[in-house]
Amino acid sequence: MSHSIGEVQPQSHHFAQPLPLTSGALLRDYTLVYETYGTLNADRSNAVLVCHALNASHHVAGTYAGQEKSLGWWDNLVGPGKPLDTNRFFVIGVNNPGSCFGSTGPMQPNPDTGKPYGALFPVVTVEDWVDAQARLIDALGITQLAAVLGGSLGGMQALSWTLRYPQRLRHCIAVATAPNLSAQNIAFNEVARRAIVTDPEFHGGHYYEHGTLPRRGLRVARMIGHITYLSDDAMEAKFGRERRNGSLGYSTQDVEFEIESYLRHQGDKFSEYFDANTYLLITRALDYFDPAREYGGDLAAAFAPALAKFLLVSFTTDWRFSPQRSREIVKALVDNRHAVSYAEIDAPHGHDAFLLDDARYHGVLRARFDNIAREFAA
Amino acid sequence: MSERRDIELVAELVPHGSRVLDLGCGNGELLAHLREKRGCSGYGIEIADANVLACTQRGVDVIQLNLEEGLALFEDQSFDVVLQLDTLQHLRNTEKMLRETARVGRIGIVSFPNFAHWPNRLHVVGGRMPVTRVLPYQWYDTPNIRVGTYADFEVLARKDGLRILDSFGIQGGRVVRAWPNLRASVAVFKFERERSGASG
Repeated sequence: MSHSIGEVQPQSHHFAQPLPLTSGALLRDYTLVYETYGTLNADRSNAVLVCHALNASHHVAGTYAGQEKSLGWWDNLVGPGKPLDTNRFFVIGVNNPGSCFGSTGPMQPNPDTGKPYGALFPVVTVEDWVDAQARLIDALGITQLAAVLGGSLGGMQALSWTLRYPQRLRHCIAVATAPNLSAQNIAFNEVARRAIVTDPEFHGGHYYEHGTLPRRGLRVARMIGHITYLSDDAMEAKFGRERRNGSLGYSTQDVEFEIESYLRHQGDKFSEYFDANTYLLITRALDYFDPAREYGGDLAAAFAPALAKFLLVSFTTDWRFSPQRSREIVKALVDNRHAVSYAEIDAPHGHDAFLLDDARYHGVLRARFDNIAREFAA
Repeated sequence: MSERRDIELVAELVPHGSRVLDLGCGNGELLAHLREKRGCSGYGIEIADANVLACTQRGVDVIQLNLEEGLALFEDQSFDVVLQLDTLQHLRNTEKMLRETARVGRIGIVSFPNFAHWPNRLHVVGGRMPVTRVLPYQWYDTPNIRVGTYADFEVLARKDGLRILDSFGIQGGRVVRAWPNLRASVAVFKFERERSGASG
């Protein structure tokens, strides 16, 4: 077994220059929190950016001192001797603006008012995040990334990099992602948002001023999200119709089935650490992502400018970001004669599989990163 | 077909600098050979996880797909050459895949075990299904669900409007052009779609 990279520390960088957003708004001076692992080589050619999805952060790998349970969200993939090997690569995790883990977001003070942004935080898009990340890469003195890697919403960012900054990355690795969200997917996001917005503690998004948190809404949002990240089979295998107690309680409101208990637990946990405005912003960014839109729906036309070599991975039981959606991306890349590989992993876990360490999945990523490492080791 | 020499013989049919799609590309050896020796580019298609990994390790672009589902991912005539080597005998939908090969590629190249090779004929005359180096399976465990001969393919090609540009047998790493249906364990065909009417 490979070991974790061990203790890590977040860093932050302040950007005095405003960030122009897709919406036309400006994000005034802002801060990005990030972590790096491994060492940047002399010609700065071994950097890999890891983009996070909905509820993750810059804390990709390792642990924080004195916090045993603070293992990074992709620690099984990133570390010494791991598929994305920090002995060879300089890995960067960055928290996107609008998030709630330290980078400028709705919980942070609005420099115009001195009060938390709350609902006034501007709507941000995948493209805005990529622009913000590019500025951080500038600040780190890196001209071209060896690769940009992401899963789910993170995969959308990796794809977007190849369109906004085609010269600035050599490889794009996009896992369990999609060229845009389907109506069903937007529908799930909308249910989650309505749960939050209709929570009486939400106060139009200015709940910080009221000293409250829309925990109930967040809990329900997380519960519905969680259902969609698991496959029917995985849920059946893990919970089935297992009951909490031996006999039925004949209650409509108490927990009767283990799956209920599990979802409530996940919801409770999530509502303690995640910000409701951030949830609204990030699900909106998911909804909006659609690089083909300005090309009349022609995804191949959208991908024409890309120069990176692509690797796409999907999971057969992922119904939220199904293999079919990844194949659409593959087709657009093939139509452009771009370099692309595609692995469709027959894993049982649903969308969550991208965070797990299936041997076939990690084997393909390891092989790919080995090849990428050869490009700069030569 | 995994024999090194057989791969080279088929590679010689592929024009330099071709854009190639290799259906059932295995571990990517042929694509790597075509890239390094003949300046070709393109993709392999594989269903098996182990082969997808092997291609990735080799740095050959591979797309994991089930060929039985067709080639909807690829536009008409979008490749110079579509290879289908030692693959067609494993497919339920052999004829459809052949048509797909001719649709997607300007040139198609197929190879498959020739069941009319004389030792096979002897086996059958002796009342048993053939078990040989090229056909190492028993009848009950063979992955070769489509058994055909060199001569059978000529008939199918005619039926499906494929014009044969070149064909030969391979036996023991050598090209067999005289009596290939009898003398070769492997059949190789290079073909294109017959041009019909005004469309080019």
